[in-house]
Amino acid sequence: MKLIYEKSQPGRRASALPHYENLPAPPELPDELRRSEPPRLPEVPEFELVRHFTELSTRNFGVDTGFYPLGSCTMKYNPRINERLAALPGFARLHPLQDDDGAQGALELMWRLQEILAEVTGLDAVSLQPAAGSQGEVTGLMLARAYFAARGEDEQRRKVVVPDTAHGTNPASVTMAGYELTHVQTDARGNIDVDDLRGKVDEHTAALMLTNPSTLGLFDENIEEIERIFHGAGALMYYDGANLNAVCGISRPGDMGFDIVHINLHKTFSQPHGGGGPGGGPVAVRDVLEPFLPVPAVVRREEGGFGLDYDRPQTIGKVRGFAGPFGVFVRSYAFMRMWGPRLREMSEVAVLNANYVLARLKEAYDLPFDRLCMHEFVVSARSLKREHGCTALDVAKRLMDYGFHPPTIYFPLIVPEALMVEPTETEAKETLDAFCDAMLALAREAVEDPELLKEAPHYRPVKRLDEVRAAKNPVVKYGFAEPPVAEGEARPVAAEAPKGA
Amino acid sequence: MTHPFLALTDSDREEMLGTIGVGSVEELFGDLPEAVRFGRELDLEPALSEQEVFEHVAALAERNADASRELSFLGAGMYDHYVPAVVDTILQRGELLTAYTPYQPEMSQGVLQAIFEYQTAICELTGMDVSNASGYDGTSVAADACYVAKYVTGRDKVVVTETTNPQVRQVVKTYAAGFGLEVVEVPHRGGTTDPNELERAAVDAAAVIFQQPNFFGCLEPAPDLVAAAADGGALPVAHVDLLSLGVLEAPRRYGAALALGEGQAAGNFPSFGGPHYGFLAARQEFIRRMPGRIVGETVDTAGERGYVLTLQTREQHIRREKATSNITTNQTLLALGGLVYLTWLGPQGLRELGETCLSLAAYAKQRLEEKAGLEPLFADQTTFKEFAVRVGRNAREVVADARAQGVHPGYALGRDYEGMDDVLLVAVTERRTPQEIDRLADVLAEVAR
Repeated sequence: MKLIYEKSQPGRRASALPHYENLPAPPELPDELRRSEPPRLPEVPEFELVRHFTELSTRNFGVDTGFYPLGSCTMKYNPRINERLAALPGFARLHPLQDDDGAQGALELMWRLQEILAEVTGLDAVSLQPAAGSQGEVTGLMLARAYFAARGEDEQRRKVVVPDTAHGTNPASVTMAGYELTHVQTDARGNIDVDDLRGKVDEHTAALMLTNPSTLGLFDENIEEIERIFHGAGALMYYDGANLNAVCGISRPGDMGFDIVHINLHKTFSQPHGGGGPGGGPVAVRDVLEPFLPVPAVVRREEGGFGLDYDRPQTIGKVRGFAGPFGVFVRSYAFMRMWGPRLREMSEVAVLNANYVLARLKEAYDLPFDRLCMHEFVVSARSLKREHGCTALDVAKRLMDYGFHPPTIYFPLIVPEALMVEPTETEAKETLDAFCDAMLALAREAVEDPELLKEAPHYRPVKRLDEVRAAKNPVVKYGFAEPPVAEGEARPVAAEAPKGA
Repeated sequence: MTHPFLALTDSDREEMLGTIGVGSVEELFGDLPEAVRFGRELDLEPALSEQEVFEHVAALAERNADASRELSFLGAGMYDHYVPAVVDTILQRGELLTAYTPYQPEMSQGVLQAIFEYQTAICELTGMDVSNASGYDGTSVAADACYVAKYVTGRDKVVVTETTNPQVRQVVKTYAAGFGLEVVEVPHRGGTTDPNELERAAVDAAAVIFQQPNFFGCLEPAPDLVAAAADGGALPVAHVDLLSLGVLEAPRRYGAALALGEGQAAGNFPSFGGPHYGFLAARQEFIRRMPGRIVGETVDTAGERGYVLTLQTREQHIRREKATSNITTNQTLLALGGLVYLTWLGPQGLRELGETCLSLAAYAKQRLEEKAGLEPLFADQTTFKEFAVRVGRNAREVVADARAQGVHPGYALGRDYEGMDDVLLVAVTERRTPQEIDRLADVLAEVAR
């Protein structure tokens, strides 16, 4: 399909702006600051705009389109009431620098959300500021640094322990926060290898970063021992909340011993993923870490009402503008109020759904760790690859032909040909069955007609795309044609493609 | 009672537990040590129905003085520009709204093509060669730029002008502490930055960040600031307002290495601070140091054009601790709002909008002077859509008194700048009519001084 720039014709436009009479002429801008060439934005009428983006939407697949078991991403239903609420003028048109007395409703909502998150995580204080999980991570590590700096231990404690199953964001956050990485291995049951761990945690350790249940979808059975090791060495424990959907109301990170937790509001608490974002990554902490939280803090005033508190002398500062992505808070707050204490049921069904799909797929796919899973699980296409040349990628692409979004593939890194499946609590048994039937059918196809997988997808708007070519010679914006020459003969398209890099 | 967001019937559950081979849901949690099991019910208020949650949350919204209830001249980084209906319409398409990062391109051509078109728009506006798919906001992209500059130059200091949004400076300082970068601020001289002073500060700096138009609304001598940065070998980084770029020069044209900023003004509601999108664009030479997602063009096995996430070896899921950033979830939906908005405006609309802002701000300055006797703080500076005025007494009190009359007159600069306790930063967008500006002048005539 054409790009919007290829539908553009000079002189067309979708906007009409207000015209005000008797205004002074715009002030003369100095030559060197004045725009010299207009930007080539699209020129289309309004209906063309709507048709273009509507057509784009038909070439995209969301949770609203169908089953989206993308492991580790918690692609659950996003209730529409949340959209209506976030769009209310009292929220959407509220300026973040409004005085506290003109923002009482918004501040109360944030304060209430903090209270709910503290209860769900089992911790004492919450900052809603971080914009996403990875920003929550780096915030959490900065909190650890501030905490140790206040104790005179920042220079001594330079290491953060991260297991080999971790999301890539964990090690990347470690570097961004100025820490050094210590890897720890996974044992034969899919838990952290505690023997490996013991030798790696000492007075130079600042923290552990752990996702529990892990990216293998397994709850770490040695969590109590891990807690003793870290706290025994004077280190902190950081909980990556990516998999919180497994344990709401069932087990709380604070009760597991974690001191710092980030919560992904776009995963567990239903902020729509928006094709890549927005998200929300609030951080919850134990009381000893509260003084270091980002400013402003949302507080309930003794004299009544709610306010933003900037007077936090030990704060790490700010990681994002204002008090955080407020529209995300509205959606997650509404979602949590519609569940209340029944959040436990939400997590139970998420775990039940995952175990059901796992039980049905075990016969056709390799299972790296033969245990019950939590809200997601990892199987491997290793045998399919060895015996029939069909990789996890081929499985993923063929699944598209059956009308499903593929699972996460090739992650976690310790499982070869990994397929990571997270059904969430949303799906009906019929949907889960249809997915399992498809997975089993294509495992048979791999035996009978492997080309069917290798050439998939067959029924999407595009065939399999060449990612290597895209990276080798990156074309990252539209290459505008030169303006027509005098005779009206168009010149060939000038590739704006890079000169190598 | 079943929950509206669940589907399993009792018989489904029984059957599923049977297939799994366990007797109860409890058994599925057998791996959890007894000590970490939560022994009670969550202490939360009972679940509400949709109608109840609507009434409750709508009542909270009613208690806010938003721009539909108060005549607002607040800006300072977030602006009350008009957001056309087409933006809402497109962003509410479920196929786009409820998708995630397009890891599987054949399922996600819609979002991928939209991001490619967005990247093109950002490059056109800034004059740059490459744009990412968005960052969190206008503050975090500035911190990202510091990370780029640290690795490109190997230096350990960044310079930020004092006329850069205070929130941007604060976020840069917070992140820079982690990176191991020192942050140096260069004070303003009469509302803008002195290039000579900047040049001295830029020696041995990795980057120089300045804002155009700056936080006071004034136009910086951007080409001179860029030259001052470049002379010292620092990367010149321009923090710009997309909506100014129909009338103001593209940062690449005056030599910026990176251009970035807050996208809210272009297509997002203020929404009490977010979610919005930060944009980040750079010259070609920095493409492999860019943080975040980038979409590239390619072909499928039939030779047809298509789009994929590209240059992923920069990113955390592959490069892990050596990644150019830890970002994964970004602000794609809000950036899509930006693309729809910029498409709606078109090049003509963008220029007209810029001229309207310039004219309205000039009109506002004139009226405040004539009717309220308030003089612009930096009278000889050209301003875009925002300007500072002295109000003769504590500006926070002036704000409170004006609000009592239904007008929010602007941002009290004393919150961030010493010696400016009596200064108000007044923003006008195309949504403020001349009559509304007259009303501001009348109210300030009464409450100022």
